[in-house]
Amino acid sequence: MTLLEITDLTAHYGPVQVLHGVSLSVPERGAVGILGANGAGKTTTLRAISGAVRTGGQIRFEGQDLRGRKPNEVAALGIAHVPEGRGTLGNLTVKENLQVGAYLRKDRRRIQQDIDHLLELFPNLQERYTSNASALSGGEQQMLAVGRAYMARPKLLLLDEASLGLAPSTAKTVYDAIRVLREETGVAMLLVEQNANLAFTIVDTATVLETGRSVLSGTSAELKGRDEIRKAYLGG
Amino acid sequence: MGTFIQLVVDGLAMGSVYGAIALAIVLVNQSTGMINFAQGGMAVLSAYLAFTFLGLGLPLIVAILLSVAASFIIGALIERFLMRRFMGRAEDTQVVVTVGLLTLLTGICGWLWSYNNLQFPSLFPSSAFTFLGAAISWRSFGTFLAIAGIMVLLQLLFRQTKLGLALRAVADNRQSASFAGLPVGRLLMVGWGLAAALGAVAGALVAPRLSLTPGMLDTTLVYALAAVILGGITSPVGVVVAAWLIGVLENLAAVYVPIIGHDLKIAVPFILLFVVLLLRPQGLFGRKTVVRV
Repeated sequence: MTLLEITDLTAHYGPVQVLHGVSLSVPERGAVGILGANGAGKTTTLRAISGAVRTGGQIRFEGQDLRGRKPNEVAALGIAHVPEGRGTLGNLTVKENLQVGAYLRKDRRRIQQDIDHLLELFPNLQERYTSNASALSGGEQQMLAVGRAYMARPKLLLLDEASLGLAPSTAKTVYDAIRVLREETGVAMLLVEQNANLAFTIVDTATVLETGRSVLSGTSAELKGRDEIRKAYLGG
Repeated sequence: MGTFIQLVVDGLAMGSVYGAIALAIVLVNQSTGMINFAQGGMAVLSAYLAFTFLGLGLPLIVAILLSVAASFIIGALIERFLMRRFMGRAEDTQVVVTVGLLTLLTGICGWLWSYNNLQFPSLFPSSAFTFLGAAISWRSFGTFLAIAGIMVLLQLLFRQTKLGLALRAVADNRQSASFAGLPVGRLLMVGWGLAAALGAVAGALVAPRLSLTPGMLDTTLVYALAAVILGGITSPVGVVVAAWLIGVLENLAAVYVPIIGHDLKIAVPFILLFVVLLLRPQGLFGRKTVVRV
């Protein structure tokens, strides 16, 4: 079953058109990657799903049209977004960041269980539980951003450049945890990643964007086998 | 010693009023990034509303509470229908809009209630009680206690409730807050409403002392802005402490420093301000903000 279906998505920032027709779909429990160079429209595609940019074309989630909805309404449908740059709530503690993530939930006891589980998965956050999030390292802030999204217990997780600015070992830790969360909860994922090697450790299929258009899509194995992908995104 | 204690308590009372307006400004600034120069003007309108409710024969405390509730709604509506259009615009534009709102509100108050001084009754008796040989007026002491109590309540709201957490999240990072499902627009309205309600309390408490006129809080606004800068706009507690400091220091300076006297006491916060801006531009208690380019 298809969870998210995007058809012919277009978007403008002011007079500049940045998306010229992006199409992709995410199946239930699936993980799909969006690859592409800087400025290809990867982040804009995620922001369009979340209702943070106005768009043309179609975005359907569980059969409902998402266009025209505000970000909080999209979140209420079960889509959590880990934004580019982590979106840390710096003046709030780690604990409060996670509580904000669970804002729409009413099951208080389960919320605490989920927090406990997350802290097992990210022991670093356990140590910094009551400190302000602004005092965290980049890697810890990324873990917190993933944790905040997980706390919403979404059906679909949008993940924007979770490895950006992180040391390779830290990036791997973050992705390992994301993989564990996926296996445990079956949450579907749509992730944007510059580091295609890292993306291919998680995704089943991927779409390549070039200047705002989907130009290629296929399974991870197919894409890894193609010369142009190897040259452009996998370092030869 | 008796005079000194009196001066300190009176200073704390006026300082609490400055502090309430200053805190309202901080509330709005932290959530929307704007400085609301109309915060004093909105509080004056609230005081006139209380005055009108009083004229309908309602008891004073009921009139004040009604005006606080009405002010919450007015504040929320101003955010929704006026300020939201200017969010994310140039700061100069926002300054002009709030200064325009101040002028407009002052004009509306003058038009509806005249520019004459109106007598506004006090919640507290005009008598005094004796403490350590000093005669302390109930009005000053009551004003201080009432506003200090409200600040404790606000602190509890922000630290202990889900609404408070949501308001702080929106102030911190609006995009992340909305991605987590927080209704950002409605929370901004609540923030403006709370600020207006806080101003309404300050207006009702200070109106008996200053007597009610459309420009009643113009000077108070200046003191409040001084407290905001002195305390640091990122520190609500710091702003209130700074406001108390200003209230007490100006009173003491007026009496104990002959060259200042009552005529020049308004200069005191500005001398403080000048020194602070030179030595510690983020304020006494504020954090430095780093802007990345």
